[in-house]
Amino acid sequence: MTYFPEEVVEHIFDFLSSHRDRNIVSTVCKAWYRVERLSRRIVFVGNCYAVRPGRVMARFPGMKCLSVKGKPHFADFNLVPHDWGGFALPWIEAAARGCPGLEELRLKRMVVSDESLELLARSFPNFKALVLVSCEGFTTDGLAAIATHCRGLRELDLQENEVEDHGRQWLSCFPDSCTSLESLNFACLKGEVNAGALERLVARCVNLRSLKLNRAISVESLARMLARTPHLVELGTGSFTVEHRAEAYQRLIHAFRKCKSLKSLSGFWDVAPRCLQSIYSICPNLTVLNLSYAPAIQGADLVKLIRHCFKLQKLWVLDCIRDKGLAVVASTCQELQELRVFPSDIYGTGTAAVTEEGLVAISSGCSKLNSLLYFCHQMTNAALITVAKNCPHFTRFRLCILDPGKPDPDTNQPLDEGFGAIVRSCKDLRRLSLSGLLTDKVFLYIGEYAARLEMLSIAFAGDSDKGMVYVLNGCKNLRKLEIRDSPFGDAALLENVGKYETMRSLWMSSCDVTLGGCKALAAKMPRLNVEVINDRDESDEMEENPSDMHKVEKMYVYRTLAGARNDAPEFVEIL
Amino acid sequence: MDGGVGYADMDALKATELRLGLPGSHPPEKPLPTTTTTARPTKRSLDEDRAARRETSEGGRATSARATKAQVVGWPPIRSYRKNSFQAMKATAEAAGLYVKVSMDGAPYLRKIDLEVYKGYRELREALEDMFKCFEGCKGSEYAITYEDKDGDLMLVGDVPWEMFTSSCKKLRIIRGAEAIRGLGSSQ
Repeated sequence: MTYFPEEVVEHIFDFLSSHRDRNIVSTVCKAWYRVERLSRRIVFVGNCYAVRPGRVMARFPGMKCLSVKGKPHFADFNLVPHDWGGFALPWIEAAARGCPGLEELRLKRMVVSDESLELLARSFPNFKALVLVSCEGFTTDGLAAIATHCRGLRELDLQENEVEDHGRQWLSCFPDSCTSLESLNFACLKGEVNAGALERLVARCVNLRSLKLNRAISVESLARMLARTPHLVELGTGSFTVEHRAEAYQRLIHAFRKCKSLKSLSGFWDVAPRCLQSIYSICPNLTVLNLSYAPAIQGADLVKLIRHCFKLQKLWVLDCIRDKGLAVVASTCQELQELRVFPSDIYGTGTAAVTEEGLVAISSGCSKLNSLLYFCHQMTNAALITVAKNCPHFTRFRLCILDPGKPDPDTNQPLDEGFGAIVRSCKDLRRLSLSGLLTDKVFLYIGEYAARLEMLSIAFAGDSDKGMVYVLNGCKNLRKLEIRDSPFGDAALLENVGKYETMRSLWMSSCDVTLGGCKALAAKMPRLNVEVINDRDESDEMEENPSDMHKVEKMYVYRTLAGARNDAPEFVEIL
Repeated sequence: MDGGVGYADMDALKATELRLGLPGSHPPEKPLPTTTTTARPTKRSLDEDRAARRETSEGGRATSARATKAQVVGWPPIRSYRKNSFQAMKATAEAAGLYVKVSMDGAPYLRKIDLEVYKGYRELREALEDMFKCFEGCKGSEYAITYEDKDGDLMLVGDVPWEMFTSSCKKLRIIRGAEAIRGLGSSQ
């Protein structure tokens, strides 16, 4: 291959789309490494602390798209203290210096300040797309900077971020000359926006295909915008509060009828069930429907709506759909690939909304199902075994039984056999989240059968160190392991230390790992960062030289080329 | 909505308890702050959970065990963004509502219910039964549920479509005894 001119090699590499493939070819020989690194356009950094930003820019000077992830996944559930880290600024600074041709930036679970957004807005003349998912630390002022300075911006996608509202002017900062927007998502913003400015912006961006509004946008405004964007493919409605007799409602129905390209719907925060009829005309074309923020839509109305959606591939709902509603989904949505059922009553002691029956119904109707997130009040082994048989194509299977450690209610047994059936049947399973009463046995099954598993989430499960060891020794493709409230200790942690260098990260909280165990791991494996994260109130305690026998509340271990990070707060100790 | 094991004695006490909440429902515990500000909350709750698990696995009233258990930090695993917007939605939903007074013959005081919560007559009936069952003589005796409409007339509940009923009902009255039997006739 070294006799081929570099242009040919580069052209061949163009056919490699996955990061993994490109990473592999770059290790073949020096020539390939060079060709690959100069031609790489899309760079993915799964852990912002695994490598220094400058090094990434130096290696890939031709980079156009950069994705970086920050905090560990359990940060989503408040298990990671607020200022743990994951700052975007160093990455933006490094890119500004090393890759000024940057066009797209995607950040997940990172702390993004207004200062970083301002720097971003001014540093990249060809900047086209900004996607922020589950980030925090910025305000609408930062968005104003993006709107003002990013000429030619095509995509501004804000998903589930915590954004401080500093006023509605940011949207007016898009200059009148801006006509390039194709995708605009500000659904997570809590404040008002200037509706007039928005409507004008939408009207002049003729290529707009995706528009997701926040709750402050009225139906009247929505109707006006839809009338100007008949080619819209994805829509997140605003609050959708309207009297069904109002004129705005009629105009809305009319506008919807003209949107023949609409394939994805979300939003519906305050919709009155009656007003759902306005979308019946679009339902037959829908492939994506997200009603998980609409608690006002209960069983019967939900079902009536779904009966029209026979092309649905992705459905997110609340559990008020009930088992009966899921049975309707099963019979109507034969193309369904992804289903998420969220709990509507998190803290209450209300009646059970969905159970194993709903899941079994779905599995018997939707044979193409490959991705599941299911919050329920109970699950049985029999049901899981049936689901495993009906749906062998799962790649993502996340089950959350709301009561931690709950057994099979019919047999009072742990759910080992049920999950065992899932891993045995679903040979392509990449992501698994467990719940319910589970012993070490389930981990034996996982270690033995889940050969493609990349991410495993464990909570309130297992009996002894053996459980964790089965997983570490068995799952050869494991990349992320996160464990909470399970009886795994130092023996398990230290059993297979080499494994952690083949993984992105390990999280353990409220387990039986001690400070001594963490120190031992850090000593054996210098290319891992072993972070011990203390609860804030305890940091006084920690200063009094805790003994090695002291159990560690939270531990985060990850492989890194960058050494210990220098931005760690006081309560994080890097061993 | 039903009370569960061990609540029979508590009914009389609960009926006199002044609290906010839907009739017959047990108001959710106020959620604990989700940041870990107390020492080792998750450790303690793991042990509590294990103890509670043993209780609940005795085939039973998981609801009562859940209500008394301390809430576990970061459980269920739902993104804070979703949890926060859900709580905001619940607040606005509860603030609205169609509250009407409910009186029952012989009961010393009235109650109030939110008609928007119920999907139909059956649920309403069940909720009212639940709310007033503590009162002596209710069980087994005939009763009729009536309401006062916009015009001030006393109407029998159940004749008109549900939506029409909720939009015209001003207050509810449960009539018991002879009067009720006479009135029921063939309508129910």
